[in-house]
Amino acid sequence: MSLLKCENVSMGYEGKVVVEGLDFQVNSGDYLCIVGENGSGKSTLMKGLLGLRVPMSGKIETGDGLKHTEIGYLPQQTVVQKDFPASVREIVMSGFLNNMGIRPFYNKEEKKKAQEIMSKLSIDNLAKRCYRDLSGGQQQRVLLARALCATKKMLLLDEPVAGLDPVVTSEMYDLIESLNKEGITIIMISHDIHAALKYATKILYVSDKPVFYDSKEAYLESEKGKLFAYGEGGAK
Amino acid sequence: MNILMESDVMATLARYFELDFVKRAFVVGILIAFCASLLGVTLVLKRFSYIGDGLSHVAFAAMCVAMISSLSNNMLLILPVTIVAAILMLKTGQNAKINGDAAIAMISVGSLAVGYLLINKFPPSTNVATDVCTTLFGSTSILTLSDSDVLICVIMSVVVVIFYIFYYNKVFAVTFDENFARATGIKASVYNTSLAVIIAIIIVLAMNLVGSLLVSALVIFPALSAMRVFKNFKSVVICSALLSVICATTGMLISILNDTPVGSTIVIVDMCAFLLFSIAGFVTGRGRA
Repeated sequence: MSLLKCENVSMGYEGKVVVEGLDFQVNSGDYLCIVGENGSGKSTLMKGLLGLRVPMSGKIETGDGLKHTEIGYLPQQTVVQKDFPASVREIVMSGFLNNMGIRPFYNKEEKKKAQEIMSKLSIDNLAKRCYRDLSGGQQQRVLLARALCATKKMLLLDEPVAGLDPVVTSEMYDLIESLNKEGITIIMISHDIHAALKYATKILYVSDKPVFYDSKEAYLESEKGKLFAYGEGGAK
Repeated sequence: MNILMESDVMATLARYFELDFVKRAFVVGILIAFCASLLGVTLVLKRFSYIGDGLSHVAFAAMCVAMISSLSNNMLLILPVTIVAAILMLKTGQNAKINGDAAIAMISVGSLAVGYLLINKFPPSTNVATDVCTTLFGSTSILTLSDSDVLICVIMSVVVVIFYIFYYNKVFAVTFDENFARATGIKASVYNTSLAVIIAIIIVLAMNLVGSLLVSALVIFPALSAMRVFKNFKSVVICSALLSVICATTGMLISILNDTPVGSTIVIVDMCAFLLFSIAGFVTGRGRA
């Protein structure tokens, strides 16, 4: 059984289909990259995977004992967060809330775990700093740390490097790769096909109809893949 | 000379505090200011500053209707109507078809117009102008509170404070990033609806204190002031609550001593505090727009 399974799913809003014919499954340890141009329905699909939006047809299932409260999510930044007075620790800790039930406060174990995760992402020295005063890369790390508090199994990342400079971008990608090597399943949305080809093991390309889904190797052999990989001379 | 004046002021205050209605006004005023500022932090950060204003206008319309139909207890009508309006406003805030702010503005002026038209057409007393003025600016109602008003206010405040402390972390999560909260399985809509209900209750209670036009000042000023200086959620909440209580107390004292309208005095004290906090934030380099 796979962690996440889509059967003939189509997603859209206000009665308009944005993306259809999605048939894929994500297994434990996969690194899936969902690629496509702006407006191709990547974010809508992500919302479907997260259960924030009901698919127009087909079904999305979680399996292998994965509960919905065990998915970590790194959303795109919102306007509200730009001037939100919150310390790094407050934000990171809020990742635990989904598994706390009605218990109102964090326990010692969670505080310790948050500390570990912050050290791992080297943001422990920022714990007391205000989120809005951090650089873009640091902010993404904070949100990633929060996502890690929410999950041990699966991370969904929505454009995790949007707006970051090249150095920070590659640091972020390395970090995500190392998390994947530790056994966390990654589903990442990106319009950066080169990075997708470098890091991912599976590619879901939603701009074309029908949608392409296969391993990275198979993608490189496809017409579109050749165009991207060799035609534009980007990825190796 | 100075000492003489001070003792004079103290004597006047002591005389006032022997009066029951002054004591009641202070208890109610402090509680309302406290609760309003707690919720204010969330509202300001969620970009819902205007909701207090909108709701108070709805409450104004409801109060007009209640006055016309001469109900035994106006609260029975005002509270449910305002709660429904609060839930609707928070829901439309998430709807893309009509912008949240446009929806609130629409409901807000609409109910103001309806309320004023009704109370003019079917005047409950001979002096419509005074009635309207009292409702809008709360000029005297704070001084005419009964024991049961005080009791209602105390109970409501306790409920609000318990809710806030118990769900503090969840309120933070839903305020900071609703999508993340929902995606990871927190029932954000439950918290949003509870917040809406509580906001409605506070607005209705606060109308007694400052009147319906000035209610949103109680909600937003302390939060905004605290955000000038403090940089994490917990300090902002605590500072905003303390500041609100201090400003409300100061405002009421000034208004007693100088015979100024209670509502606007409190709001002006809040404004002065905001100015001070802005300067403090600017000087220490901590404040940001």
